[in-house]
Amino acid sequence: MGGDFLFFIEATVSGLTAGVMYSLVALGFVLIFKASGIFNFAQGVMALFAALTLVGLMEKFGLAPWVAIIATVGVMIVLAWLIERLVLQHMVNQDPIILFMSTIGLAYVLEGLGDILWGSDVKVLDIGIPQGALDWLLDDYGIYIEKLEIVAAATGAVLVMVLAVFFSKTRIGRALRAVADDHQAALSVGISLRTIWVIVWSVAGIVALVAGIMWGSKSGVQFSLSLIALKALPVLILGGFTSIPGAIVGGLIIGVGEKWAEIYFGSLVGGAIENWFAYVLALAFLLFRPQGLFGEKIIERV
Amino acid sequence: MTEHRRIVGDTLLKVENISLGFGGVQALSNISLEIREHEILAIIGPNGAGKTSMLNVINGFYHPQEGAITFKGEVRRAMRPYIAAKQGIARTFQNVALFRGMSTLDNIMTGRNLRMQSSFLWQTLYYGPARREEMVHRRRVEEIIDFLEIQAIRRTPVGRLPYGLQKRVELARALAMEPELLLLDEPMAGMNVEEKEDMCRFVIDVNEQFGTTIALIEHDMGVVMDISDRVVVLDYGRKLADGTPDEVRANQNVIDAYLGVPHA
Amino acid sequence: MLYRETGQFKTDYEADQQIFPIRQDRWLVALFLAVAVLFVPTVINDYWAKAVLLPFLVYAMAALGLNILVGYCGQISLGTGGFMAVGAFASFKLMTAFPDMNLIVVLLLSGCVTAAVGVLFGLPSLRIKGFYLAVATLAAQFFLVWLFNKLGWFYNYNATGQITVPPREVFGFLVTGPEAKPAVTYLFTLGFVVVFALVAKNVVRGRIGRMWMAIRDMDIAAELIGVRPLHAKLSAFAFSSFYIGVAGGLIFTIYLGAVEVTEAFGIDRSFLVLFMVIIGGLGSIVGSFLGAAFLVLMPILLKNFMVDWLGMAAVTAKHMEITLMGVLIIFFLIVEPHGFARLWQILKEKLRLWPFPY
Repeated sequence: MGGDFLFFIEATVSGLTAGVMYSLVALGFVLIFKASGIFNFAQGVMALFAALTLVGLMEKFGLAPWVAIIATVGVMIVLAWLIERLVLQHMVNQDPIILFMSTIGLAYVLEGLGDILWGSDVKVLDIGIPQGALDWLLDDYGIYIEKLEIVAAATGAVLVMVLAVFFSKTRIGRALRAVADDHQAALSVGISLRTIWVIVWSVAGIVALVAGIMWGSKSGVQFSLSLIALKALPVLILGGFTSIPGAIVGGLIIGVGEKWAEIYFGSLVGGAIENWFAYVLALAFLLFRPQGLFGEKIIERV
Repeated sequence: MTEHRRIVGDTLLKVENISLGFGGVQALSNISLEIREHEILAIIGPNGAGKTSMLNVINGFYHPQEGAITFKGEVRRAMRPYIAAKQGIARTFQNVALFRGMSTLDNIMTGRNLRMQSSFLWQTLYYGPARREEMVHRRRVEEIIDFLEIQAIRRTPVGRLPYGLQKRVELARALAMEPELLLLDEPMAGMNVEEKEDMCRFVIDVNEQFGTTIALIEHDMGVVMDISDRVVVLDYGRKLADGTPDEVRANQNVIDAYLGVPHA
Repeated sequence: MLYRETGQFKTDYEADQQIFPIRQDRWLVALFLAVAVLFVPTVINDYWAKAVLLPFLVYAMAALGLNILVGYCGQISLGTGGFMAVGAFASFKLMTAFPDMNLIVVLLLSGCVTAAVGVLFGLPSLRIKGFYLAVATLAAQFFLVWLFNKLGWFYNYNATGQITVPPREVFGFLVTGPEAKPAVTYLFTLGFVVVFALVAKNVVRGRIGRMWMAIRDMDIAAELIGVRPLHAKLSAFAFSSFYIGVAGGLIFTIYLGAVEVTEAFGIDRSFLVLFMVIIGGLGSIVGSFLGAAFLVLMPILLKNFMVDWLGMAAVTAKHMEITLMGVLIIFFLIVEPHGFARLWQILKEKLRLWPFPY
């Protein structure tokens, strides 16, 4: 096989796996948006916070990886409960922009807390995920793909399937969809908004933890992790804010698109296109299809 | 009883063979009707008959798949809201489309928007031509406020007003446009008897004093029979009847579909 | 008894539509301006100018601009940082290319450039609304910051990518650069802000303001009364970007003097100004000022409190500051989502009745 073609495959696969990572973060957004109509800007910081807590528990308390993971899940559930109690409860029925801004405030709080509790230096996250390239692929075909990225992709796929089943088949899933549609109507049929929100934010927290583990294992646990949240926005634009499969597809498209753009156009304009390419791509999509690939078309009645 | 207030003139607006569908639902099928100058035309029919869709076609929110609209002699495939506004069509809505962030006065002043021309530069200064223009239009708006008796709620944000008053403010805003054709979508919905009488009085006054042509959708048969010159009956997107209130009242199709048959 | 309106009748519409119809308000504003113009310059020093007054003024201008777009016209924008960068870099290029150009002209022209850029990035608003529009403006933010980083032409190809303001005089007084006196820089900026605030208030209470608010409240109904959404939205973007551009120019020339684009105009600046607008009060001129004051002063107060009083290490204090800012933002959004402007109105209502409770 020609060298260029191999490179193209590598780039595409790299883009796909990056895309899966984006999707993991976007999933958290979709969950919360589906169930409470809130666009949770703090999702990225939650991933950072979860990863920090995990590392902190392993280092400061010497816990074994699996124990630490379970403990962190517990922390995220407590966090969700606190968020519901202190913030969400008071914000029923507010304007979307106010809700959005409060999640930015939440992001600040979590960022500061994370720094205070666990310190702001870069940390190494090693929970035993295999590192390094897939040897057989490298040796036989000359393609470099990291084992970590395969693990991330697989985890992402499993997570999505679990969530999809959860939403469509279970009673709680149905309640979540009801809440996403109309808070007041859901209340009037006896669904406890507060319990639902705690559940949703907990699940989002767990998703954030998974995302944090994957990203953290790959590039270390540091502040830039929270900026991934911003990248998730174009993913959501493409995939629609309320669609779980959309988050995946959107993530893959963004991941691959970014990689291709950087490699093939980046050199022309001095590089670092990745900073803005995803947004411009999303913008282009929006102009043709304002509701995203999978989103619901908004019809305005007069 | 209906007296002839103004001499009804020629056709002001005509729609011919209008068909409008949304996906699987056919809202209007091959409807033709005309509205004559200075008259009060009532559009009636059961829920879902297509009455609001008809108004939406007339003022350009919906574009029909077939048919043509002629307004003041100009024939169009479809109307556009901006052109409708510029040419003198104003309307109110079933669900009261007021600007909730603004006061009553400001809402009505927005109706004068098309007539306010002063440039951006003068606007930044305020003193000078911009202010003079503002005052001229403020005076006109105050006349309308007096006419509709809503002085007390001038500065109230409209979101806080009770439904009946909101409808009156919406009428005021439409009047501020000094329209030739006024489209009213259920102007008396949700009102009690006194409020209805007030609204009826306003509608008749607008027609008599300003000569405005009025097309209104209304469910209250008493009101319809009392104040309208002509009535158009719609049902399932088709026109059932078209004539004076008495003619329509006696029409068998209309009775079967809408007015009801007296029990033996 | 202080704030009685009774007895203040208006006999013509002109009087009814003044900016400050109540006499006590007029006194208060006059007093405020007198203190700001006459008293403050005599006691101002470098610290107060650089740490408090100048940032307050320039961010108030940016908040004014953003409030027009978000609060009056209802279009969300997260590109404020990027637009401020446009204003800053336009000022830099103009000053270096035309050394004799008056600084005031430079700033106004930078505003015009930013207005044009704003219209360009505002075009999507014709098809996209709400959150989606916010994401589109993010494209503007990231693209612009990348642009000013990458294209050396913008920073005259110097090694660091940082731009520094050349010294300039206005009416014989040195206004830019490290040698400029705080009283001079303060008064210069104050002049700009007062004029711009007045212009904003005038525009907003006339037909253009109503047009914007109509689009904000119900754009479908707005079309009905003859407002063209294209015209209204783009004019809001233009006007707002003009203000934000001038603010960026002022940040560069007067407040900071030297600017590195990612640090000075990154996404967190966009959020900061948006916070000012929301906490100050959407759709309120006064609110923009209150929000700017709060978000400029709060961090300073917090830091002084924690480092000087509690003796915390600076690093910890920084983290605490971030946390506390977040807490305060959430607190305010819960307690008064309509911002300080609403609180101010409520205060005035209470004053009207004082000393009676209701």
